[in-house]
Amino acid sequence: MRDLRGQTLFDKIWDAHVVSEVANGPTQLYIDRHFCHEVTSPQAFNGLRARGLKVFRPEKTTMTADHNTPTIDQDQPVKDPVSRNQLDTFARNAAEFNMPLFYPLGHEKNGVVHIIGPENGFTQPGMTIVCGDSHTSTHGAFGTIAFGIGTSEVEMVLATQCILQNRPKTMRITFNGKLGKNVLAKDLALYMISKLTTGGATGYFVEYAGEAIRNLSMEERMTVCNLSIEMGARGGLIAPDETTFNYVKGREFAPKGEEWDKKLEFWKTLKTDDDAVFDSELIFDASEIEPMVTYGTNPGMGMGISGKIPTLDEIDEAGRISYMKSLDYMGFKPGEKMLGKPVDYVFLGSCTNGRIEDFRIFANYVKGKKKAENITAWLVPGSWQVEKQIREEGLYEILTEAGFQLRQPGCSACLAMNDDKVPAGKYAVSTSNRNFEGRQGPGARTILAGPLVAAAAAVNGVITAP
Amino acid sequence: MQTSNNTNKEKNAQTPPSGGWGAGSLTSTCVPLPIENVDTDQIIPARFLKATDKNGFGDNLFADWRYNKDGSPKPDFVLNNPKYSGEILVAGKNFGSGSSREHAAWAIAGYGFKVIVSSFFADIFRNNALNNGILPVVVSPGFLAEILDAVVANPANTLTVNLEEQKITNNATGKSEIFEINSYKKECLLKGLDDIDYLLSKRELIEEWEKRQTPDR
Repeated sequence: MRDLRGQTLFDKIWDAHVVSEVANGPTQLYIDRHFCHEVTSPQAFNGLRARGLKVFRPEKTTMTADHNTPTIDQDQPVKDPVSRNQLDTFARNAAEFNMPLFYPLGHEKNGVVHIIGPENGFTQPGMTIVCGDSHTSTHGAFGTIAFGIGTSEVEMVLATQCILQNRPKTMRITFNGKLGKNVLAKDLALYMISKLTTGGATGYFVEYAGEAIRNLSMEERMTVCNLSIEMGARGGLIAPDETTFNYVKGREFAPKGEEWDKKLEFWKTLKTDDDAVFDSELIFDASEIEPMVTYGTNPGMGMGISGKIPTLDEIDEAGRISYMKSLDYMGFKPGEKMLGKPVDYVFLGSCTNGRIEDFRIFANYVKGKKKAENITAWLVPGSWQVEKQIREEGLYEILTEAGFQLRQPGCSACLAMNDDKVPAGKYAVSTSNRNFEGRQGPGARTILAGPLVAAAAAVNGVITAP
Repeated sequence: MQTSNNTNKEKNAQTPPSGGWGAGSLTSTCVPLPIENVDTDQIIPARFLKATDKNGFGDNLFADWRYNKDGSPKPDFVLNNPKYSGEILVAGKNFGSGSSREHAAWAIAGYGFKVIVSSFFADIFRNNALNNGILPVVVSPGFLAEILDAVVANPANTLTVNLEEQKITNNATGKSEIFEINSYKKECLLKGLDDIDYLLSKRELIEEWEKRQTPDR
C-alpha cells in the first residue's frame, strides 16, 4: 500500500480503478472509456474472432474513422482500395460485434477521435481512458488518466474492459505567472518539450499546475495534455475545476439531472492533496515563453521564434551525429535564424490544434489579409461539429475571402496516411504534433507551431512573428 | 517492395507472440543503429499502416532509411550492409518514441529481430514489443557505447542475452550487465503466454469491480 502522506490526483484515480495487482507485475486497471479508430483496431478484432470472444462492454467503446480518411469528397467512395478496405473492415467489425457507438465517414459525430470524445461528453473527470493512439493523453485535460496503447492492449480492453499496466512515476510541472501577448497553449507545450527533450518524461505521468495552466480554456488544456507524449510521458492531466465542469455540462453523453449533481460533488474532490509528494517536480515561468517553432526532426527541437538554431557546441557530444542528421534533413544550419525562412505549406488541424478556438485564432489573424501566393494551405476541422461552428460563426467567409479553402474533418496531413502529403523537400508550418522525418509525407520538412504562427506564415509566405 | 504489405516473403513471418523463449538464452551477432530517438514513424511509416492483419510489415521496416524512392536499397543503411546481420538490434537512446502503432513491433518481429538493446525505450513501444515476444533490454549508456564500438570493430562479435538470469554479455570483452524485467512479463516471454489469457481468468473480479461503482464516484 501507499504510505500515509497525501495523494496526488493521479494516485486517486489510479487506485479507484485497480481491479487486481499481479504479484511482482503490473496492475489490472479498469477502463471507463475506450476510443477506437480504423488503423489500430482491425488486428484486435481479428484476435477476438480467433479466440471466439465477444466484446465485453460494447457501450464503453466509441468508434470513429479518422486516420486513413480523405478530407475532400467524403460522400464519394474512397479511391485508394487499401484504405477503403480498412474502412470497410472497421464497419464490418462494428456490425459483427454489435458496437452501438460507431461514427463512420460522413456521420455527424465523425471526426478526429480526441476531438469528438470531449465534444460529445464521453470524456469526464476521474475516468480512465485509453485508445490505440498516443495522443489519447489529450483527455487528461479533464482530470482523467488517459493514455495511448498498442493493438494487443486494444484487444485486452475489448475482451475484458481492463488492461495490465505498470504504475508510472508522478511528475508535476508548474507554470507560474501569465502567458504573454500572442503566446498560446501550443507555445507553452513546445517550450516545455524543448526544455525536457523528447524523452525527458519517459516513465512518468504528469500533472500540470500553476496560474498559467488554470487560466487556460478547456480547449487550450487539451492542446497541452495532447503533447505530453512528445516528451515521453505516459500521459498528462489537469485537475478539473469550474472551467472543466462548465465545458462538460449539457453535452450529449454527460450525466444529467440528479446524476450530474452527484458526479459534480465527486469531481470537486479530484485534486492533489497539499501534502502529496511527486517523484519529480519542475517549475517554469510562463512569462518567459515566446511564440515557438521547431527546427529539427523531433518535437523537443523547438525554440523561441526570434531565436537561433543551436550551434554544435550547445549540443551534448553523444547527440551530435543525430543532431546533424536532423538539421541536414531539414536543410538548416546551426546558428541560423528561423524568422524569414521560406514556407511552402501550412496545415491547420489535428487533435492538437483542430478545434474551434484554433480556427478562431487563425481566422482572426488572416481577416482582411490574403494568403501568400507561394503557400498551399490545408485547413482541416477536427470534426463535423467544429466545421459546423466555423460556418455558424462566420469564420468560413473570413477564411474564403482571405483565399483559404476549408477541407473535411480527419487526421489529414498530421500523419499523411491519406493524400494530404507534403512533397519531398518542401517546408510545412504545421499545427500538428510531430515533425519526425517523413511524418507529413516522404521527405517532407515539418516546422511545428501554434495556429497564430501558422496564420502568420500563411499570409506572409515565410516564418513570421505573429 | 514499398507498396504492399503482403506480397513479399519475410525472414520470419509470424503472428506474435511465437512460442516463447524456451531455454531463455540467445546468442547472436547484432545490427548497430547508433541513432537516438528513433521514432515509430521511422520504424514503420504511416503509409504502411493500411493492412488489417499483422503480416508483411518486416519488408517495410525502416522503409524510408532503407529504400530509395524507386524501391532500390540504399547501400549506406545498416540493414542493407551485408557485414551486419543477426537477431539483436542495438540502437541509440529513447528507441520507439512517438506513435503507439504496434505495427512497429510487428515490423521488427517480422524482420527477424528478437531483442532490442538500448539505454532506454519509449513506454508504449516497450509494452508493444513485450506483447509480441520481443525483449527490450535496457543497458547503461556506457555499456551501450561499448557494445556499439565492439560491433563496428568486428561485425562477427556476438552478444548473449539470458532472459532467465536477466543478463546480457558482450562476448568481445566478456563484460555483462543485469537488466530489469518484471517477473510476470518474464514468465509470459519464457512460456509464450499473453495478457489476455490472464485478464480473461479474472472475469469475476472485473464484474465485482463494476458492481462497486455508484454515481457519486
